[in-house]
Amino acid sequence: MALSLDDVTRIAALARLSISPQEAEHALGQLNGIFTLIEQMRSVDTTGIAPMSHALGGTQRLREDAVTEADARAANMLNAPAQQDGLFLVPRVIE
Amino acid sequence: MHLESLAGLGRALAARQVSAVELARLYLARVERHRDLNAFLDVRPEVTLAQAQQADQRIARGEAGPLTGVPVAHKDIFVTRDFSSTAASRMLQGYMSPFDATVVERLAAAGMVSLGKLNCDEFAMGSSNENSYFGNVLNPWDKTAVPGGSSGGSAAAVAARLTPAATGTDTGGSIREPAAFSGVTGIKPTYGRASRWGMIAFASSLDQAGILTGSAQDAALVFNAMLGFDPKDSTSLECAPEDFTRRLAVSLDGLRIGVPKEFFGTGLMADVEQPIRAALRELQQLGARLVDVSLPNARLGIPVYYVIASAECSSNLSRFDGVRYGHRAEQYDDLIDMMSRSRAEGFGAEVRRRILVGTYVLSHGYYDAYYLKAQQVRALIAKDFQQAFSACDVIAGPVAPSVAFDLGEKAADPVQMYLSDLYTIPGSLAGLPSMSIPCGFGAKGRPVGLQLVADHLQEARLLGVAHRFQLATDWHQRVPPGFQ
Amino acid sequence: MGKAWEIVVGLETHTQLSTRSKIFSGASTAFGAAPNTQASAVDLALPGVLPVLNHAAVEKAIRFGLAVGATLNPRSIFARKNYFYPDLPKGYQISQYEIPIVQGGAVTIQVGEHTKTVRLTRAHLEEDAGKSLHEDFHGMTGIDLNRAGTPLLEIVSEPDLRSAEEAVAYAKTLHGLVRWIDICDGNMQEGSFRCDANVSVRPQGSAQLGTRCEIKNLNSFRFLERAIEYEARRQIDVLEDGGRIVQQTRLYDPDRDETRPMRSKEDAQDYRYFPDPDLLPLVLDSAWIAHIQASLPELPQARRERYVRDLGLPSYDAAVLTADRETSSYFEDLVRALPGHAKLCSNWVMGELSARLNREERAIAQSPVTSAQLAVLLRRIADGTLSGNLAKEVFDAMWAGQGDPDQIIAARGLKQISDSGELEKLVEAVIAANPAQVEEYRAGKEKAFNFLVGQAMKASKGKANPAQVSQILRAKVSG
Repeated sequence: MALSLDDVTRIAALARLSISPQEAEHALGQLNGIFTLIEQMRSVDTTGIAPMSHALGGTQRLREDAVTEADARAANMLNAPAQQDGLFLVPRVIE
Repeated sequence: MHLESLAGLGRALAARQVSAVELARLYLARVERHRDLNAFLDVRPEVTLAQAQQADQRIARGEAGPLTGVPVAHKDIFVTRDFSSTAASRMLQGYMSPFDATVVERLAAAGMVSLGKLNCDEFAMGSSNENSYFGNVLNPWDKTAVPGGSSGGSAAAVAARLTPAATGTDTGGSIREPAAFSGVTGIKPTYGRASRWGMIAFASSLDQAGILTGSAQDAALVFNAMLGFDPKDSTSLECAPEDFTRRLAVSLDGLRIGVPKEFFGTGLMADVEQPIRAALRELQQLGARLVDVSLPNARLGIPVYYVIASAECSSNLSRFDGVRYGHRAEQYDDLIDMMSRSRAEGFGAEVRRRILVGTYVLSHGYYDAYYLKAQQVRALIAKDFQQAFSACDVIAGPVAPSVAFDLGEKAADPVQMYLSDLYTIPGSLAGLPSMSIPCGFGAKGRPVGLQLVADHLQEARLLGVAHRFQLATDWHQRVPPGFQ
Repeated sequence: MGKAWEIVVGLETHTQLSTRSKIFSGASTAFGAAPNTQASAVDLALPGVLPVLNHAAVEKAIRFGLAVGATLNPRSIFARKNYFYPDLPKGYQISQYEIPIVQGGAVTIQVGEHTKTVRLTRAHLEEDAGKSLHEDFHGMTGIDLNRAGTPLLEIVSEPDLRSAEEAVAYAKTLHGLVRWIDICDGNMQEGSFRCDANVSVRPQGSAQLGTRCEIKNLNSFRFLERAIEYEARRQIDVLEDGGRIVQQTRLYDPDRDETRPMRSKEDAQDYRYFPDPDLLPLVLDSAWIAHIQASLPELPQARRERYVRDLGLPSYDAAVLTADRETSSYFEDLVRALPGHAKLCSNWVMGELSARLNREERAIAQSPVTSAQLAVLLRRIADGTLSGNLAKEVFDAMWAGQGDPDQIIAARGLKQISDSGELEKLVEAVIAANPAQVEEYRAGKEKAFNFLVGQAMKASKGKANPAQVSQILRAKVSG
């Protein structure tokens, strides 16, 4: 399954990774190498095998509905690149 | 003192033969002297010494445990309040976490004194510690060689006796492989045994915290403090508390050691195979019996892993968008551009590659063919192990196909790098506890590690086998030249 | 306009579940806190955090499933819906995709005279996103993540609705139901209950569905109605002009009363759903489900039917009285105190009481007149002590806190006059005082009779029993 340059630019946009045309070219070669490796697993017969998402199985534990977190805004926002009046600031979002 | 075992240090501290502050100073001096290894990313002596003082107070009050006052260092994948947490990435340069990882908290509660944060491959992605934004880590055995990865800083620090123990994380082999390359003992527990709360996520269904240290006995002591159920982690196993040292004295008589034929194929270098075979013979001398087993689907481990791990990491790393923390680009046209540039600038090449692979295999039209398929093959690999364990108690084999390679040797082709994880990945996919112990040397005098894999929840058995081997041999006590 | 068009609407409703803490973290869900003071490390997606599922969110989802007769999937999976947006801290929303907790179900709605069954596709658990604030930040947008992580139950209907009116009826019924079973407070101004409408049109009689457009975030019934009407007309105009409908997401602009495409959702999104590896499959214990089923109150639909069947109320009354549980409870208190007078009780709840409550913007729980107190008043009407007209005056006095009904009746001397002797004298006085009208009545003018009754009521300051007055007057004048 060979990728095209279009695939690379499309995927990079989906993943919000800026990529220059030269970088995309370079990445294309490396990605195709990785996908050649990945192809190996597609040939094995997996009919009737349930996909394994967790090696040890198990079911989801539920926690009690209680407020256990107090206001920790200052500590939590310590690393914010831009903030004002307790809000995180980002470039204007246009609906 | 730096050549003392962790258990020995604990005893010396409790007996007041040395104070925690003295010990901390000793190790900090060694860290400073060997800065060229680049094993540490954040060292804050005043923080370390304050922790050491507290430990001494506890000892004075008669409240000492086996780990009180014993130094430890944490891989920079664990978030800590007192040191920066960067995941070895520009994306998190200078990041200060408002909370500690559970693993960090538990070891601190046991009285361990933190020497600082350890270098690693960026976001735990790599097998040589050549993917760190903050530079390569050198192998203390040979400074032209890689220490292994992703827990390269952890392995190098323990090997160089800069710390008696270091936490690591293992997703596809990231504790075992650097432990093998750097000649130390490293163990990854059963998936779910160690809390992932506070571990910067790479591949959620595979990531596990573990320990690198001088011996299996030392690892068992740390496990006693480190492992156990954590309600903050939904994948944490609710097991009864146990003493991981309880099988150290068990003899190996009658132990069935499975030797997977697929791990001794053409990929395995002769200079690695030789010490491995010798180690297996040693185990036989100790009473064990070798059994041939087969893991027919293990060969598919690498492609399966790179689909699953990439998919999960592509999603786990989406939170790094320059909005609430982390790197934000200085120049951008609009919001989307801000996010895209911040991420492109913040992440290194390997991380970007895996995000692209992961995004692709989850994208519309490819999910069934790649992600779903990989999860099915994963189930087959897990089944192979269960089949093998019906015929043996522990599986043994190599950790990696070669000894540590030269710095820069595999940097050009990512796929070449991925192939180092050939023998460690299958156990990760099956969530099995697994460890690496030093068993000799290969080409260029570089260390070789023996891999031991047990069935789920059998860490005590694993540690017992390793301990018996370490009582009869001294590979684990060898110190790299220049680090005595 | 040539052919006839059919409008097809399906609604996706996001209901905030009324839990104390968030679905995956222990932060509070209370509305109105200062920005980011209710956003924990988990809600902010700081490095190293993990989700743990809230028991009450699951319990409320189960209540909903049972209330709409749906299937509760014994095993459901949480999935990540991946996309980038500043109010989505993880860069993905934890939701449910292939296997939701609730599957199927149906809701009965009343549209004018007829009832209709609206089928549900599914309902699933997910987390809410944060909020963006666009004003006052010099070209920047402010992000508040207090709302991030609030539990949502997304309820998806089949495209069974055929008009804006039906859509509103469905939304109102669903709104009433989620409040009734106590899973959501339904506060639309606070964003507790939000609808997205999927609207398409097709030629009348066609079996194919047309291309649909999704109108997002309609948080009032009025906007829901106007948006659907506008959108349907827009699509019909496009098709009648020979154009094609482009599938897109749109917003309703209430100032212009129109829908327009949403800029940020112009491209088709690839959400790359996959099961969330940080969460394990949610397995429901059948004993737990049985326990919840047993704890459910009588549901609005069943109660509506009971009022019609057992109390003889018209279905319109029954529907109004079961719009919410508090009103229905109040009504039932009255009926218990006055068996056989269901219509009287119903009239007062739907009439005077509702009017006063609406005027003062009070909920029935804040009524100064309790059901016990109103029951006494109604009993005085039923037993003839008080005329209907004067009852309103007594009610007003009760509302103002001037005492209980009997006290007020006594203090103001409002007891109805039913003594025939006294009434006879009263009527004779009226006849004597109004000879012209008496003649007109005898000549056949019914209006004159009403005038005379009115005079009698006035003379008695409203206390005369009107039925008796009429009887006596008719006898005297005709005789």
